[in-house]
Amino acid sequence: CRSCTRGAASMVASSRSYADFTPEATFDIKKVDLHRLEEGPPLTATLTREEGLKYYRTMQTIRRMELKADQLYKQKIIRGFCHLYDGQEACAVGIEGGITLSDHLITAYRAHGYTLTRGGTVREIMAELTGRRGGIAKGKGGSMHMYTKNFYGGNGIVGAQVPLGAGVALACKYLGNDQLCVSLYGDGAANQGQIFETYNMSSLWKLPIIFICENNQYGMGTSVERSSASTEYYKRGDYIPGLRVDGMDVLCVREATKFAADHCRSGKGPILMELQTYRYHGHSMSDPGVSYRTREEIQEVRSKSDPISMLKDRMLSNNMASIEELKEIDIAVRKEIEDAAQFATTDPEPPLDDLCSHIFANDQPFEVRGATPWTKLTSTS
Amino acid sequence: CSPLGAFWCEYFLNIFSNVSLFQVNVRDALNQAMDEELERDERVFLLGEEVAQYDGAYKVSRGLWKKYGDKRIIDTPITEMGFAGIAVGAAFAGLRPICEFMTWNFSMQAIDQVINSAAKTYYMSAGAQPVPIVFRGPNGSSAGVAAQHSQCFAAWYGHCPGLKVVSPWNSEDARGLLKAAIRDDNPVVFLENELMYGVPFDLSEEVMQKDFVVPIGKAKVERQGTHITLVSHSRCVGFCLDAATVLAKEGVECEVVNLRTIRPLDVDTIEASVMKTGHLVTVEGGWPQYGVGAEICARVMEGPAFNYLDAPAVRVTGVDIPMPYAKILEDHSVPQIKDIIFSVKKVLNM
Repeated sequence: CRSCTRGAASMVASSRSYADFTPEATFDIKKVDLHRLEEGPPLTATLTREEGLKYYRTMQTIRRMELKADQLYKQKIIRGFCHLYDGQEACAVGIEGGITLSDHLITAYRAHGYTLTRGGTVREIMAELTGRRGGIAKGKGGSMHMYTKNFYGGNGIVGAQVPLGAGVALACKYLGNDQLCVSLYGDGAANQGQIFETYNMSSLWKLPIIFICENNQYGMGTSVERSSASTEYYKRGDYIPGLRVDGMDVLCVREATKFAADHCRSGKGPILMELQTYRYHGHSMSDPGVSYRTREEIQEVRSKSDPISMLKDRMLSNNMASIEELKEIDIAVRKEIEDAAQFATTDPEPPLDDLCSHIFANDQPFEVRGATPWTKLTSTS
Repeated sequence: CSPLGAFWCEYFLNIFSNVSLFQVNVRDALNQAMDEELERDERVFLLGEEVAQYDGAYKVSRGLWKKYGDKRIIDTPITEMGFAGIAVGAAFAGLRPICEFMTWNFSMQAIDQVINSAAKTYYMSAGAQPVPIVFRGPNGSSAGVAAQHSQCFAAWYGHCPGLKVVSPWNSEDARGLLKAAIRDDNPVVFLENELMYGVPFDLSEEVMQKDFVVPIGKAKVERQGTHITLVSHSRCVGFCLDAATVLAKEGVECEVVNLRTIRPLDVDTIEASVMKTGHLVTVEGGWPQYGVGAEICARVMEGPAFNYLDAPAVRVTGVDIPMPYAKILEDHSVPQIKDIIFSVKKVLNM
């Protein structure tokens, strides 16, 4: 009978031991376009089963977390700005695969994925989006202002994060700790003057910084062809060596990041990576994302280049994991997101006492003027 | 008396009064403060245009590069937005930068980094990310530098929560407030005055101690008085004291309050003085509309001191125009001692 067969099949699956899976496989990855570099990252990447499962789980977590945020936003439980990262998961996960948590990272406002890869939990990220006291910034920051150790946000002003990242890199060099800073920006920000100022100073002072342009083809509603006289973002650093990388392939991103990190740590100064990627959502939740691009285009990327599907296919076709195992991960991720959403919708909002707190660090409490001269509030550090 | 005579005068004065006095101009006070703080804490460093090999556009950082080298005294290209952002990022990562703007006029190129990256970050991160940075440079009008180089930014930066804004007048202020600013774990906007750099003041041995700090947020009563309160900051404090000397001859005793800090404003000291004298004139170099004096008057209106006012509080300010170049015009664009005297007499109905 059908149910017997199914039962038998599931019995067979669960009796397969992990020794049956391929522990490690090497994959061909796309060649990287080079600017002012003789050699680039390798053309193959080795993936262990363990790494594969980790990358899969993290990318899936980001994906589902962003989709849940979409849902909560439409229910008006999340307010204000909400810039979603689904489609770009391979960038955040691949970058983290090429550096360590003692390195530093800063990005712009499409930051939920990075908050996770840099050590934040789904719970505290979602509770920050819903503005609750359990949020990673206690509800004071919101979508664009999340911070963890060695992760400096989450920045709302386009381009401003790039010089900030160079400052972090300066501190790394100053303190002699062999750490580096990854400073991310989008195709829209790539034309900002302060980024060119930063290219200049980083190169002059040989700062250990990896500039990364996440080119998702659109700055808000403006395609790269309409915003940039040169769309070869990996060359825009001029005297800075550059790489153009397939940002949908987590292994490509990882290998390029490792290559870039080696470059920095050997004291050669900055390097620039352009990650060619794509966002499924519009610029933010108030943008349906189809007035400046076609649904066909979005659908084509989803079916041909989805980062999670790509990794899944690789692992399955090389017997590095089973379909059931990946399904179990999906179920576990779904549960994690549900629990986090539950927390994020039931955790109370911050107490009113927090209104004036955290204005100054390590200071005596002081009086803050309220909305009227009779409203005297107190600020604590 | 002759220079030699002056020396012996001072020598005997020191011996007999047991008080050592050191004559230090504002520039040297700032220089010594930075030198001592650079020595005290390895994380402190200075960056800005011409601060290293040129010894500072106004020579405030003279000798520091020779002593501390390239790592700690950094010449930047002329890219304010970029280097201010780099300075803030360095503060994020645990260093204690002093970011010099050649004049505060150029800070407008970088104002986003001062406000959005520095001032607001501790709050947005709910206390996870402090920003221990000092932004410093000359502020306000100078002499003959015309409109684009003469603006006062006290009101602009004083408007913003998350910033501390200080405006020293004399060498004691300069030394003590700069040390306090560098030791503060928060972003401090330090507004100097170019015309004060060369002015010498006597500093006591206590002030010359390495750990001497002037607390941020506390005004100082420079001159006691009973008839009227003059509240001022930076160079105008000197004008108020000069006006007070003239008025004293006519029997009017002015109390002169040196704000020292623009934000947080020391309302308590202002109110105590107004409650004593019953009359208030504010004096500032900046423009009148939405300025420092406007804030002081509003606070006095809203607080207990209002009931002690015998006349409306009044502001003496820079003239509401872009700064002209010709000397006669420039002289009439800034508050003069006669304007202070005139206003005092008006308020006292003399």
